[in-house]
Amino acid sequence: MGLLSLAIWTPIIFGTALLALGRDEQARIVRWIALIGAVVSFLVTLPLYSGFQLGTSAMQFVEKSPWIERLNVNYHVGVDGISLWFVLLTAFINVVVIIASWESIRTRVNQYMASLMILSGLQIGVFAALDGMLFYVFFEATLIPMYLIIGIWGGPKKIYAAFKFFLYTLLGSLLMLVALMYLYTKSGGSFDIATWHMLPLAGTVQTLLYFAFLAAFAVKVPMWPVHTWLPDVHVEAPTGGSAVLAAIMLKLGAYGFLRFSLPIAPDASREWAWLMIAFSLIAVVYVGLISLVQKDMKKLVAYSSVVHMGFVTLGFFLFTDLGVTGGIVQMIAHGFVSGAMFLCIGVLYDRVHSREISSYGGVVNTMPKFAAFAMLFSMANAGLPGTAGFVGEWMVILAAIKSNFWIGAAAGTTLIFGAAYTLWMVKRVYLGPVANKDVQGLKDINSREFLMLALLAIAVLFMGIYPKPFTDVMNTSVTDLLSHVAISKLN
Amino acid sequence: MIDKLSWIAVYPEIVLLVMACVIALVDLGIKTPRRTGTYVLTLLTLAVVAAMEAFYALGGETFYGFGNMVVVDPMGSWLKCFASLTVLTTLVYGRPYAADRDMLRGGELFTLSLFSLLGIFVMISGHNFLVLYMGLELMTLSSYALVALRRDHATATEAAMKYFVLGALASGFLLYGLSMLYGATGSLDINEVFNAIASRQVKHQVLVFGLVFIVAGLGFKLGAVPFHMWLPDVYHGAPTVVTLLVSGAPQLATFAMFIRLLVEGMLPLAIDWQQMLALMAIGSLVVGNLAAVAQSNIKRMLAFSTISQMGFLLLGLLAGVVNGNQLNTESAYGASMFYAVTYVLTSLGAFGIILLLTRAGHESEEISDLAGLNQRNPLYAGVMAISMFSLAGLPPLVGFYAKLGVLQALIASGKTSYVVLVVFAVIMSLIGAFYYLRVVKVMYFDAPQSPNTQPISAPADARIVLAINGALMLGLGIIPGSLVTLCTQSISSIVKSLGS
Repeated sequence: MGLLSLAIWTPIIFGTALLALGRDEQARIVRWIALIGAVVSFLVTLPLYSGFQLGTSAMQFVEKSPWIERLNVNYHVGVDGISLWFVLLTAFINVVVIIASWESIRTRVNQYMASLMILSGLQIGVFAALDGMLFYVFFEATLIPMYLIIGIWGGPKKIYAAFKFFLYTLLGSLLMLVALMYLYTKSGGSFDIATWHMLPLAGTVQTLLYFAFLAAFAVKVPMWPVHTWLPDVHVEAPTGGSAVLAAIMLKLGAYGFLRFSLPIAPDASREWAWLMIAFSLIAVVYVGLISLVQKDMKKLVAYSSVVHMGFVTLGFFLFTDLGVTGGIVQMIAHGFVSGAMFLCIGVLYDRVHSREISSYGGVVNTMPKFAAFAMLFSMANAGLPGTAGFVGEWMVILAAIKSNFWIGAAAGTTLIFGAAYTLWMVKRVYLGPVANKDVQGLKDINSREFLMLALLAIAVLFMGIYPKPFTDVMNTSVTDLLSHVAISKLN
Repeated sequence: MIDKLSWIAVYPEIVLLVMACVIALVDLGIKTPRRTGTYVLTLLTLAVVAAMEAFYALGGETFYGFGNMVVVDPMGSWLKCFASLTVLTTLVYGRPYAADRDMLRGGELFTLSLFSLLGIFVMISGHNFLVLYMGLELMTLSSYALVALRRDHATATEAAMKYFVLGALASGFLLYGLSMLYGATGSLDINEVFNAIASRQVKHQVLVFGLVFIVAGLGFKLGAVPFHMWLPDVYHGAPTVVTLLVSGAPQLATFAMFIRLLVEGMLPLAIDWQQMLALMAIGSLVVGNLAAVAQSNIKRMLAFSTISQMGFLLLGLLAGVVNGNQLNTESAYGASMFYAVTYVLTSLGAFGIILLLTRAGHESEEISDLAGLNQRNPLYAGVMAISMFSLAGLPPLVGFYAKLGVLQALIASGKTSYVVLVVFAVIMSLIGAFYYLRVVKVMYFDAPQSPNTQPISAPADARIVLAINGALMLGLGIIPGSLVTLCTQSISSIVKSLGS
């Protein structure tokens, strides 16, 4: 069994074991097993980084064996510079989220932890899959645990949120399924993604395929105007679910653009780039303004996720090294930062049971340690230099200005709006005098919460100060992807 | 002149017939209220028959018996094997239910099930119009009696009446169609009919006229729109164990009849029957999915969901012949067979849960009866959730590959109209996802409601079979390769022997 298979199946096996294990009376043991499982699953991904060969865009750690021979579907996994970091990120976030859910989940703990573990394995599978059908199976299977996480442990309107999440994303991915089957037939019976990259396709076919993929990925990212499910779902999901959703699940869509849309339909991608750039800029500017007026902290962070993912898609569709690399860096950074933001809200919610900004004020007085962390993550969310949030945004803005000044200018407004909505929230929640009795009675974070926030803080600062390990891995793969996209596939 | 091969061809049927009679006799001496003696004997018979069929199927040979009246081929043997296992599973799930409802006062449940299975066997292996029809009648007559088994129960009796009247009508349709074909081709033997049609010496109008009636009769048995009216009422009204008997194995037999009559007998007329199937499929997808959304009774919901699932099955059957070209037949009909087999597996899981949730005096037929099932029994909730996600066609469950295979066959045909049909089917399955998800929602997100708050207990045999059933749905979803190969190979041996 190869390293990648270990990375995919270790959490799933642990998750299944947790399902078989027990009841809420043994919650303590269940939590510890989940944590050990998550840590082990993270550790097995580390050799992927240390053994990764720089300077080649070829797939590495490849495993291939027949899966459904009749349909020529293979269990074919591997990573390149684009996907490598997401495998590690997923496993890392899983550890943090399990620590975060330690006390806030009290009912059916084993099912919750199992859902998180299985979800983590499935998401790694999405990033590692090199076979179209395998990708689809992992991509769709992630819906089931997430649906349960939202629906069982969510807030008051959890059922509406769970259905909206499931059906919205299912509609998109079903259209992608049709595209996958079409490509299979067109390529003479192969689900191999690399084969599809080389397949010549006529203009209209490319456009249709492009929009079928767009339906799946745009909903998942989510891009304006199909972003409306995200705030609803985030508000109702439990903290851990929100964190995984924002940190990893949204990346599945953005990753899909790089693995499917761009290389399979390059001509259509270039033809419709204006539309994607327009959507992305609307996300950056208009959704940024929406964030400004939110009263609910989770909604605010959810809308700001849409803004940040707008940067990702903007970077991709500029078709320059800087833009695409910036987009991927932004994806990783957003994984850390948005996860951290949701966990911070979770810390407050566990104590006060309110997500309204107006319920708080002056938290720094009673929770100084926590407020320091929250401040750091908020700054990263606003894109302060020296934090992870800065690197990607800056690269994308630079790439945008190079290609067209006005696109760059519009994207640059995020530095204002982003700072405005984040800092205004910080001011209202953390700064000022103690607002009410709830805040007066707050206890500062315990060592468990300290650990989880510290892990994320280190990641955020490291990536902000020294992003080289991240960009080095990507360079060759991104250059190669772009040179592939530059060549027309019309025959 | 009956040669030895002919006897070999019908060994399992003979075993079944003899044992059905033996069990009817032995049952007279059984005094225990749960009829353990005949129950065990029935299960043993079914297991033995299933093993025999599996043995034939693994042999992989095709041979005819009794002057081409019956055929033994891998498709038939596998379907018969699965049908026996289906009936076996149904009886295991249904015994506590039946005992609580006074349905085990005599052993009719067991004997009638065996006779119905015998009918199914004859339907699957018949290679002659009359033999097929005889099998069909044996199966349906046993089914009518089974539906009416609770004779002092008003809805069950009503369902039995409705089933009987409409079923007789459909059988009449089928018989009429068969007689037209006989008149046109001069033979009842399927191979000879095929050769007569392929020779193009027969008048096309007469053939198509007969074909319409045959397709209508088969559509009725399958429950495809517009011949679906009986299905929700029978599913709803029949005692749940009988619902499962009617909805499980018979679907396999009907599928086999589609293959025997339409493919083996009338493949040259594919252009004509594919159009009819296309309309039935579209209608089934629309009516089944939309009507299921509105149901609050889970048996009715599953009935409408069956209609929509049969629409998908038909989609596979209409993708076989494209522009007179038969290259696509193996994968298309193979996909349909996979669909039929996995559908039965999934519906066993779903109805099994409903059966096990009932108690004496409580039917547990409303969707709301499942509320909080996850808290009462995580295993049951898990199996039901797997069934629902599988019916919705979500990976990594077996239902996904069923839909994938069918849609893939449609796309591989290369016709634009079929690609549009695929998009349509996909949108319909999105609607389907809604009502399947609702069941999961009720089980996992809602709290248990009285009177359904107690933990649930079931006999050990039912629990074990249920766990296997759930594991199969998930396991075949993770490793579907062997079953896919099995189905395509079964079909390919039929396609190769066409007209011989």
